Amino acid sequence: MNGLLPGFVDPVADAQSAFRAVLEAMARPGRVQHLPHPPAPPSPLSPAAGAVLLALADAGTPLWLDAGAEAAGWAVFHAGCPLVENPGAAAFALATGAPPALASLDPGTDEEPQRAATLILQVASLAEGRGWHLSGPGIEHEHRLEVQGAPDGFLEAWAANRARFPLGVDVILCAGECVAALPRGVAIREG
Amino acid sequence: MSAEASNERRRADDERRRADDERRRADDERRRWIGILARAGAAGIEARMADVPPLPPHVRLRGPETGLVMVRGRAGGDGAPFNLGEMTVTRCAVRLENGTVGHAYLAGRDRRGAELAAAMDAALQDPARRPALLAAVVEPLAAEQAKARAVTARKAAATRVRFLAMETTR
Repeated sequence: MNGLLPGFVDPVADAQSAFRAVLEAMARPGRVQHLPHPPAPPSPLSPAAGAVLLALADAGTPLWLDAGAEAAGWAVFHAGCPLVENPGAAAFALATGAPPALASLDPGTDEEPQRAATLILQVASLAEGRGWHLSGPGIEHEHRLEVQGAPDGFLEAWAANRARFPLGVDVILCAGECVAALPRGVAIREG
Repeated sequence: MSAEASNERRRADDERRRADDERRRADDERRRWIGILARAGAAGIEARMADVPPLPPHVRLRGPETGLVMVRGRAGGDGAPFNLGEMTVTRCAVRLENGTVGHAYLAGRDRRGAELAAAMDAALQDPARRPALLAAVVEPLAAEQAKARAVTARKAAATRVRFLAMETTR
């Protein structure tokens, strides 16, 4: 437990503002949201990934993460979420390096598709206005999103994930203090 | 298996058992002071802090924050568990510069007391500070609490009614 770091400075208000940012990001796929008051989580977690984790995870959401013991201890202390070894059993999977295959995460069930896992994917940078072409629910014509550091073969895996709708995994992209979301209904075309 | 190897194993087992005992004793000791500090309150701790060197600086990891916890009970101690009711609890976790983490959970809404108790818990984990803090703060608080408990117990004992008929039918 050495080196345990604080979480949100103001746990209630900061978690609410982070939740609001994630909500906006999910409602407007491809729009990059800035988090106003992210925490300073242990490396290699970015402030945005830490904020999303603390705002969303709790005792009822098993977490899988690849960020090492210090980050795991931090998440467990502040969010109180159980850790799992197998990404398929997780409600939230947080990847700072190569993520588990989208197909290996919990896609939910036909009765309860909302129980699907959410992948919190830490990338190098996010930018609007160039890069991928996004279309689908929540997008009037087309949004463009540039993602630096997306894992190899992500778009093919994403197409397979989208084909399973209403099942499938949602992805929250985090870079620095910014988040963007890819809900499972979004179609991505390479730009 | 040779006698030497079995001796070797016995020694390793003894070693491990000793380490376990040691750890259990340390845990029990810490459990005791956390309990005493949790019952003491801010005023009780502050009143005894004058004679000891100031506590090391700390950062707040969590809280102090107040919430509710469900208290569960069992009828007769072995029945099915049921929810007795909620109680107000204030908790705090702090970290010293060297990474030691101190925790406090106490009944009520004494936020200052929770932070002080957590800082005390962190400081008490340092063997160099422990004897002075135990002697100046924890032991006097323990004595005071034991005395208060004895007074309550005496008052309760004075009103005790012995139901002989029920005791014999049990």
